[in-house]
Amino acid sequence: MQEYLELTIGAILVYNFVLSKFLGICPFLGVSKSLDTALGMSGAVIFVMTLASFVTSAIFNTILHGPVQIFGREFELSYLQLIIFIVVIAALVQLVEIILQKLSPALYSALGIYLPLITTNCAVLGVATINAGAARGIFKSTLYGFFAGVGFSLALVLFASIREKLKLADVPKVFQGMSIALITAGILAMAFLGFSGLC
Amino acid sequence: METVLIAFILMTLSGILLGCIIGAAAKFFFVKSDPRIEDVNEMLPGANCGGCGKAGCSDLARAIVAGECVPGSCPVCSLAVVGRIAAYLGVDAGSSVKKAAVVFCGGSNSKARKSVNYNGINDCISASLIAGGPKDCRFGCMGLASCARVCPFNAIEVIDGLACVHSDICTGCGKCIESCPRKLIRLVPETAPFHVYCNSPEKGVEKKKNCDVACIACRKCLKAAGEDQMKIEGFLAQVNYDNMPGADVIEKAACPTSCISSPENHFPGTLKKENAAR
Repeated sequence: MQEYLELTIGAILVYNFVLSKFLGICPFLGVSKSLDTALGMSGAVIFVMTLASFVTSAIFNTILHGPVQIFGREFELSYLQLIIFIVVIAALVQLVEIILQKLSPALYSALGIYLPLITTNCAVLGVATINAGAARGIFKSTLYGFFAGVGFSLALVLFASIREKLKLADVPKVFQGMSIALITAGILAMAFLGFSGLC
Repeated sequence: METVLIAFILMTLSGILLGCIIGAAAKFFFVKSDPRIEDVNEMLPGANCGGCGKAGCSDLARAIVAGECVPGSCPVCSLAVVGRIAAYLGVDAGSSVKKAAVVFCGGSNSKARKSVNYNGINDCISASLIAGGPKDCRFGCMGLASCARVCPFNAIEVIDGLACVHSDICTGCGKCIESCPRKLIRLVPETAPFHVYCNSPEKGVEKKKNCDVACIACRKCLKAAGEDQMKIEGFLAQVNYDNMPGADVIEKAACPTSCISSPENHFPGTLKKENAAR
């Protein structure tokens, strides 16, 4: 039980994807102008990360982890891990988008527009490689993927809320726009540093 | 050599496999959508910068086709591209009159009286919620630049505590109209020779106490202009933009408070033309 607790708290707070691992900065800065779009993006990221970690860990545990037999000979394929993950995740998101559009127009209108934006996102690839690096099982990987997505969402929603307030603040001219956003992101990351050592 | 071969074969196979799966899914789960969305998306820059406030170019394309946004919402597109999109969708095809936003207030810091020293949040909506901003007139421009911040084209500049629209940069997207808590900004034809720069419905005497350049409803302009070219509502003269008077009315009317002015002469001080660089 403690193991799972560590996994979740670690993914959300201590090793937060955006603020500690610095993965997925592009949507973090790009889609954080208003809380509405940030919430939509968060939903999409949680969805894709969970799905991607499930599929990639399934591939990792069946093919890439340890030698495979092809035509009676043994091959070690772990060096193909990165490229296979990229291809599989990109194809997966594309597939999910097509299927969602047909089967669930409501979910598609909520997530659909964000899906192409995170197809090749580093946070999604990051969760897959971290899972593979720790040699986690399928269930644990999926769990980690989900909570990593939750951690990303937490950071994104916090940041979007701050930026909405920042619009009203009297910012010195040289710091206006992206510079104050980056400074804020840095302070936010420092605040999250306070969680380090928790687990 | 064997490793290279295996990697090559494996990646080719998985590429073909995944391609086939996606192709089959696209065929099987095909959904008919408005082809115009795709075409507008092609015309947009495709940078997914989010500058329009939407979640990427395809979302903006959908919004433009659905009529939620005007083609000019994209701050990155050149005017030519905006024009192409508008022409493609047939938006605004009926009226070719270019519209520009105008702030209907002339009360700059030197002309409108101030009795409070406003130190609050630098935002018109916040100011209107608590104290109504620095100026005594409850209907005029507060000069806290909410409209200037929301303008995607940097066409609004606050000069001497008064928001002024550069009509040559203004695309008529109308974003500023919603940002103004006092509803001072309206879209009018860019060709209008002059405007009545006042918005206060108060009586002339009351207005004159607060501002040097208020419309006191003396009706001089109504007499100078042709029939139905100007109208008066309450204590406020207005230009009838459907039947615009000529530029000579400014001279003939000799507005006693200089409330009537051509857009060029209206700006207090000189315009910063470097703003137009965008």
